[in-house]
Amino acid sequence: MSVNATPAGAQVSAEAERPTTTVPTQRGGRRKPPLSENKRAERRLGWLLCAPAALVMVAVTAYPIIYSVWLSLQRYDLRFPDQREFIGLENYVTVLTNEFWWTAFGVTALITVVTVAVELVLGMGLALIMHRTLVGRGLVRTSALIPYGIVTVVAAFSWRYAWTPGTGYLADLFSDGAPLTERASSLAIIMLAEIWKTTPFMALLLMAGLALVPEDLLKAASTDGATSWQKFTKVMLPVMKPAILVALLFRTLDAFRVFDNIFVLTAGGNETSSVSMLAYNNLIRGLNLGIGSTMSVLIFITVAIIAFVFVKLFGTAAPGSDDGERR
Amino acid sequence: MAVETTTRAKVRWGLLDVLVVVFALVPVLWIASLSFKTPATLTDGNFIPREWTLDNYRTIFDTDQFVRALINSIGIALIATLIAVVLGAMAAYAISRLDFPGKGLLVGVSLLIAMFPQVSLVSPLFEIERQLKIFDTWPGLILPYITFALPLAIYTLSAFFKQIPWDLEKAAKMDGATQAQAFRRVIAPLAAPGLFTTAILVFIFCWNDFLFAISLTSTERSRTVPAALSFFTGASQFEDPTGAICAAAVVITVPIILFVLFFQRRIVSGLTSGAVKG
Amino acid sequence: MADIVLDKVSKSFPDGTVAVQDVDLEIADGEFVILVGPSGCGKSTTLNMIAGLEDISSGELRIGGQRVNDKAPRDRDIAMVFQSYALYPNMTVRENMAFPLRLAKLDKETINAKVDEAAKVLELVPLLDRKPANLSGGQRQRVAMGRAIVRQPKAFLMDEPLSNLDAKLRVQMRTVVSRLQKQLGTTTVYVTHDQTEAMTLGDRVVIMRGGAIQQVGPPQELYDHPRNLFVAGFIGSPSMNFLHAAVQDGSLHTALGEVPLGDRVRRELEAADAPRELILGVRPEHFEDAELVDEDTRRRGLEFEAPVEIVESMGSDKYVYFTVEGERASAAELEELAADAGAGDFAGTGGNLVTRLSAESPVAEGQSRRVWFNLEKIHLFDPTNGRNLTLHEGRSAGALAD
Repeated sequence: MSVNATPAGAQVSAEAERPTTTVPTQRGGRRKPPLSENKRAERRLGWLLCAPAALVMVAVTAYPIIYSVWLSLQRYDLRFPDQREFIGLENYVTVLTNEFWWTAFGVTALITVVTVAVELVLGMGLALIMHRTLVGRGLVRTSALIPYGIVTVVAAFSWRYAWTPGTGYLADLFSDGAPLTERASSLAIIMLAEIWKTTPFMALLLMAGLALVPEDLLKAASTDGATSWQKFTKVMLPVMKPAILVALLFRTLDAFRVFDNIFVLTAGGNETSSVSMLAYNNLIRGLNLGIGSTMSVLIFITVAIIAFVFVKLFGTAAPGSDDGERR
Repeated sequence: MAVETTTRAKVRWGLLDVLVVVFALVPVLWIASLSFKTPATLTDGNFIPREWTLDNYRTIFDTDQFVRALINSIGIALIATLIAVVLGAMAAYAISRLDFPGKGLLVGVSLLIAMFPQVSLVSPLFEIERQLKIFDTWPGLILPYITFALPLAIYTLSAFFKQIPWDLEKAAKMDGATQAQAFRRVIAPLAAPGLFTTAILVFIFCWNDFLFAISLTSTERSRTVPAALSFFTGASQFEDPTGAICAAAVVITVPIILFVLFFQRRIVSGLTSGAVKG
Repeated sequence: MADIVLDKVSKSFPDGTVAVQDVDLEIADGEFVILVGPSGCGKSTTLNMIAGLEDISSGELRIGGQRVNDKAPRDRDIAMVFQSYALYPNMTVRENMAFPLRLAKLDKETINAKVDEAAKVLELVPLLDRKPANLSGGQRQRVAMGRAIVRQPKAFLMDEPLSNLDAKLRVQMRTVVSRLQKQLGTTTVYVTHDQTEAMTLGDRVVIMRGGAIQQVGPPQELYDHPRNLFVAGFIGSPSMNFLHAAVQDGSLHTALGEVPLGDRVRRELEAADAPRELILGVRPEHFEDAELVDEDTRRRGLEFEAPVEIVESMGSDKYVYFTVEGERASAAELEELAADAGAGDFAGTGGNLVTRLSAESPVAEGQSRRVWFNLEKIHLFDPTNGRNLTLHEGRSAGALAD
């Protein structure tokens, strides 16, 4: 899913700020803002306004994920509900020693790494085009938004029919036909579909970063004798770094959830399942809640690790850290 | 990237533009083309139909399966959007305007949810919804949609709200407005574009979802179009569903194309608003 | 139109911190009063309390003789001009100016007539159909003024209305504001942190610090007879020079030499609790090149010699910066002023002396020069409480007065 990442928490309204700023100078040191009647009413209102959103989000994610952990510790197959029992970590052993899991994990990792890398390059190019093109800026931006907005399943069907022998205009590109029946070409097509769909989002986030590069800085670099490439690497990239990191984080986590394209293009055949696909199959097709939940928990942990690594590596540049926003 | 406006530069940019447009549009045009093909020419692999027909559209609108799914899609997406925008606007107003402890936590939580692997929720929600008897119902889908749309709504809206100069509220009061008048005549008109943009983004998100739609539904009662597409069999068992699938796909693409055409600027600003600041 | 009276008005918080403390101020009908002070002095809070945008913790606020503490802003019949102008971006200039009138439910013709009239006064007629986004800073400022004057309120409140304009426009708008206020004769309270605006605009100036009023009076009076160190340092540009001075045997040891004291100051210093250390304050224009001072005047002052650091010739006169040795003057007020001005602008406590000498002075950078300063114009301050010891019955008569 796509979200803009602003540390949104750090601003205080001018009205609320004023009375508190007038005080401290008198006594030198900075005091904690005093709690006036207004202030307390403000807090109450703040909590009140946030409560519904917070409740919904927590109820639909926190509780289920805990429940999911509970389910993952049980043998629980809806086809054999009588055999439901607590089995500790046995499900985890089953999953983690299972070849399919690791294949799916490998596929997911491969898709994530390749698509994000390609998207970063293409997205940067697209961002530059959208930002700096001299002609038809509106047209480019509008068409670039279409892949972003279109229903993934629709796009996936389009790709599927394009590569299906007999129907598709692209099927003949491979001499032996039927590219969706072979693992390597299937994966390539899945990645193509993913890249097509999500590059525009990457490009938009990067474009927001590009807009932050001061024109004067580029002019200064030109007068200092920088080539276009040097301007790009030495001036634009450093300024854009936060935008790039945000885009990478979001796209990585998003790519790791790849599901729709695989479902439509190969249905996970020929060992092209992603972890999401595998969990879905165990759950909805196999009705095995125990194993499905175990996979859910494992995916959750993996995503948490990725997010953690990103935030650790890039520190305050990553979203969610709302220091430094207060001007 | 040189800032030159020579004809050559224009041509170069023009070519790049064309490349982008082709890259973006081909899959869409292809599925549209398939939807207009007759069964006979469906498998000719031609990009442009040799024979045009509207039969596929007639077919899908004649089947309950599609019409029902379309109603589900529209209803569920609209309701989820409405609720998510209202709740999101309340939270975003608080985040951008008020000072209260726990604000950072809320921002953090919604960020976490934005990155949450949805598939991890599928199994517990499947089980919980069955127990609550909301499996395969509208609320069964609306709830997770709201949840995952909320972070998007909160971020976009708080970026918009922060741009509203709140001095205006004071000015309106000084000009003789009551609290309600100040809100209605000054703040609301300024917030409206942000709300609208957010609503479009949230709607696109709900409209797009596939994973929850196939996991938390089992019948036509609540199955949305993306999910229904993968179960499409055509009017009869023996008919190839390709044409029908493509027609249905085009139908659910139309609103997106319209949004993009009319609100390109807004969508871009919504998606990038405050994506990177400071 | 009306007078505004603040009677022991305070703004405090339950934990005891005080933003504004016991402010007593009577603003006469039609008067133009400036509230000035460094950021955080309580001037904006005071203005917001008059406006009704902030509650009054204690004391009474009367507008036109009527207590308005508990009235909403819209019931006080006062208009406000904001620093950010706060123009409604979704309305045209005409709609912006008409907004308060429409809220007051006037009929269309009256509204149009009033808006047209105000637009004429402020030269906004050609801009009436534009949106604020298409206006320059100065134009926006005028629209904000226009929105305030259309309703002919009892009073205008202005919160740093010119601080977002560039220097040239600010000077220009200053005269516009001044002329408009005189023309309309409406009671006006104007908040600024800029002492030049304070000096040039108001009938009276209120200097605030730490939530309390320091001194109230016409600008020239504050300039000539500052009640304390803070007022002395705040008013005037370049600011007053402050030097450390030690009391010894009835005279003062300073970096500029031995300053003789008149009887009155001496008597003050003989009191048991009198300070042994003082701060000497001299305004730049009270220095002169010793060569250019005639015999008669020379006796009223003191001479010293110091190396010249920088000479800035303004044409009409010369600003000359001297390096002087000696202990620096220190007081809480001076630190606060320096912090507010941003260290560079407040030369008052630095190691150098700012003087304004006649243009005829042949002074040159790098040389040493004899300089005279007027002892009748100097001020002596008690560093512990900032009190001006040379002040007698509200007038300052320098160090020599008997």
